[in-house]
Amino acid sequence: MKNRNSGQREKGTKLLSIRNLHVEGFSDERWHPIVRGVDLSLKRGEVLGLIGESGAGKSTIGLAAMGYAKPGCRITQGSIQFDGIDLLAMTETARRRLRGSRIAYVAQSAAASFNPAHRLLDQTVETVVAHGIASREAANRDAIELYRRLHLPDPDTIGFRYPHQVSGGQLQRAMTAMAMACRPDLIIFDEPTTALDVTTQVEVLASIRKIVQEFNTAAIYVTHDLAVVAQMADRIMVLRHGRTVEEAETRHMLAAPAEDYTRTLWAVRKLAKPEVPAEDYLLTIDNITAAYGGTVKVLQDVSIKVPRGRTIAVVGESGSGKSTLARVVTGLLPPMSGSISFAGHRLPSTLKERSKDVLRRIQMIYQMPDNALNPRQTVEEVIARPLEFYLGLKGAARDRRVNELLHMIEMDESFLDRLPGELSGGQKQRICIARAIAANPDLIICDEVTSALDQIVQEEILKLLMRLQQEFGVSYIFITHDIATVRAIADEIVVMHRGKVVEQGLKTEVLTPPHAPYTELLLSSVPEMDPDWLTNLLERRKRKRVGAAN
Amino acid sequence: MTSTEHVVAVPRQRRTRASRVKTALKKAPFSAWFGIVVILGYVFVALLAPWIAPYGETQVFTEAFAPWSQEFIVGTDQLGRDVLTRLIYGARNTIGIAFATTLLSFAVGVTLGLLAAMYRGWLDQILSRAVDVLMSIPSLIFALMLLSIFGSSVTSLILIIALLDSTRVFRLARAVGLNVAVMEYVEAAQLRGEGPRWILTKEILPNVLPPLIAEFGLRFCFVFLTIAALSFLGVGIQPPTADWGSMVRENATLITYGDITPLLPAGAIALLTVSVNFVVDWFLHATSGLRDEK
Repeated sequence: MKNRNSGQREKGTKLLSIRNLHVEGFSDERWHPIVRGVDLSLKRGEVLGLIGESGAGKSTIGLAAMGYAKPGCRITQGSIQFDGIDLLAMTETARRRLRGSRIAYVAQSAAASFNPAHRLLDQTVETVVAHGIASREAANRDAIELYRRLHLPDPDTIGFRYPHQVSGGQLQRAMTAMAMACRPDLIIFDEPTTALDVTTQVEVLASIRKIVQEFNTAAIYVTHDLAVVAQMADRIMVLRHGRTVEEAETRHMLAAPAEDYTRTLWAVRKLAKPEVPAEDYLLTIDNITAAYGGTVKVLQDVSIKVPRGRTIAVVGESGSGKSTLARVVTGLLPPMSGSISFAGHRLPSTLKERSKDVLRRIQMIYQMPDNALNPRQTVEEVIARPLEFYLGLKGAARDRRVNELLHMIEMDESFLDRLPGELSGGQKQRICIARAIAANPDLIICDEVTSALDQIVQEEILKLLMRLQQEFGVSYIFITHDIATVRAIADEIVVMHRGKVVEQGLKTEVLTPPHAPYTELLLSSVPEMDPDWLTNLLERRKRKRVGAAN
Repeated sequence: MTSTEHVVAVPRQRRTRASRVKTALKKAPFSAWFGIVVILGYVFVALLAPWIAPYGETQVFTEAFAPWSQEFIVGTDQLGRDVLTRLIYGARNTIGIAFATTLLSFAVGVTLGLLAAMYRGWLDQILSRAVDVLMSIPSLIFALMLLSIFGSSVTSLILIIALLDSTRVFRLARAVGLNVAVMEYVEAAQLRGEGPRWILTKEILPNVLPPLIAEFGLRFCFVFLTIAALSFLGVGIQPPTADWGSMVRENATLITYGDITPLLPAGAIALLTVSVNFVVDWFLHATSGLRDEK
């Protein structure tokens, strides 16, 4: 089975060629162009990276490479030639025979793509058996071999687990094994590591890269993360508004981007602010231990000092307790022990005990502005509520202040009667910021506020937050897992791991070696723009492991 | 801080709720229009009954079971009352009572359901289990029993059916409310220090309104049918008050003689039920973003 098609598998022959692709999507009762005339070609064994902001059409192009359009989308023009076959000219049945066996797809959210009721192994071999390529026994053996090559722990038995019994990174690798099971000529990876922590991402990236090279599979790698694409792709194509901005070999593109748009994408990663040491502390968290219901402690003996008028970044992977910390500070989760003092006074641990004024002074901005804004309230209602509620503003004074706030977040009156559904992600987050600022707070807790946004929008939001800090002297507790964001905005850093504070201090202190072991792991896992970064990192870690073993 | 030059009050073109409704109506399909026109027609007839009806509600003529004629357009009933008049007054009674009942059952069901969704814990447990108990008894039989205990006045009819129906409304409101109550904007309102009344009416209710309004339409039909059924059984709306259910019962024998008069009130019930469902379907489509797959 391994050598199926081996005769045609030499590297370098043309595999996929897309000419003048146009895709339209249906929304608001009419068809809108999503992809407008993209050309793309791919050789056997080559990895092409598609990057761009959300809405650039990169996932749509990835799916079109399988001759597929999402429900509500249609391919209106162009040709898609896969290994000499015209995908658009063939019947749906014939296309389905190709999918899975010769073209495979790895989706962003592995957790949503696996059937929770079946074991991993059965799902991995399903396509092979369905396409009649191998018997179930042979396919099972092969799947275990794939698990091994993908460095999954216990490859012999992991296939007998259910999706909820393995971690997110493992699930993503199992999905890669599933895609690889038929030894396809082409795999589409649609943001396979976006939902993972950096430390897990490294492992998944390394596994994917290794297996794609070993089987000489061509791949289209869709992502919005430049540093990731730099590790994975031979060639990069930058997309914007459904058009190709530029396309070049990875190294060439990284060294000398030709277009302005590409250069702005590159520049975002380099935002940095000089740190300012604290003069005074606004909030002091002393020995907080917290748990949800049972006895499993999510926070253990956490002590943090938040400087006044500065930004403290709380860094850590998912499950490290960063968001729980936010819930404790806001009063949603009373801690089991420990205390918090705010501006010199002890902060009551539950929401009910806190006065309206204390509530006003601590505001929160959420990760997903979609969930944080009531879809039935207009921008005006959202921003005006804190003004009415805390400050008792009414009538003209209220309207004036709402307008001021809108201008502060670089928006204007034309947005007043819009509902959140009519705003872009960045605009929604701006409204959330305005809602927080409206209360004239001393402290704003920002929970991953930029991680759901595109990089360019991220930069704008970060700049806005910094400007507001300068204007109002508000303090931020900035929860994030993204080190680039930390560099951009933080004065101080707290590194958290499994509910404990690992390291704490000024930004430069924490970011320059020597590090605590976990900080070291976290920092070294953050992808860099250097295309050799992943190779070097794996090499370094291997040497270290060998060194430690000796 | 921004200077005042930005803050000139601009006369702004607001898209009000009314204009949104207008655009939605423009896009409504034929079935929805049909439904709306029929419902409005019923409401019109119900409101203006005394002026439209040719005779009085309980006016008795000498000839019982009169055939269709110039004088009695669709004949008279078993006591010699004009059937058209009874139909028109029946609209008033049946629709009015059904509407009041549905409204009451929603007031109770939605309030309790959303409270249960918001507070969860013991309040939710008590209310949900009480509802389980009520629902475990077949509702028509339960209604019959209660009506024979308390007597079948219009008030007890409304109260009893509203109570029984509010259990289903409670379940729906609680289920959709639970999904909304965990959203971050509700948490944001709690963090702001908002009271339960604000959170319930401003944060949760607007977001569960579409399924509730759809349910309102359906519930209205069911209540309507329940009342008609109870009246047919003789414990619903009492004579001489005109209502469609008892009109079917009283004149049912005519069917055997090939006279379709008793089908008229039944048809009136059916037409209203269908129309309400058309409108509800369209409303669900328009508000939930539900789309037909191609």
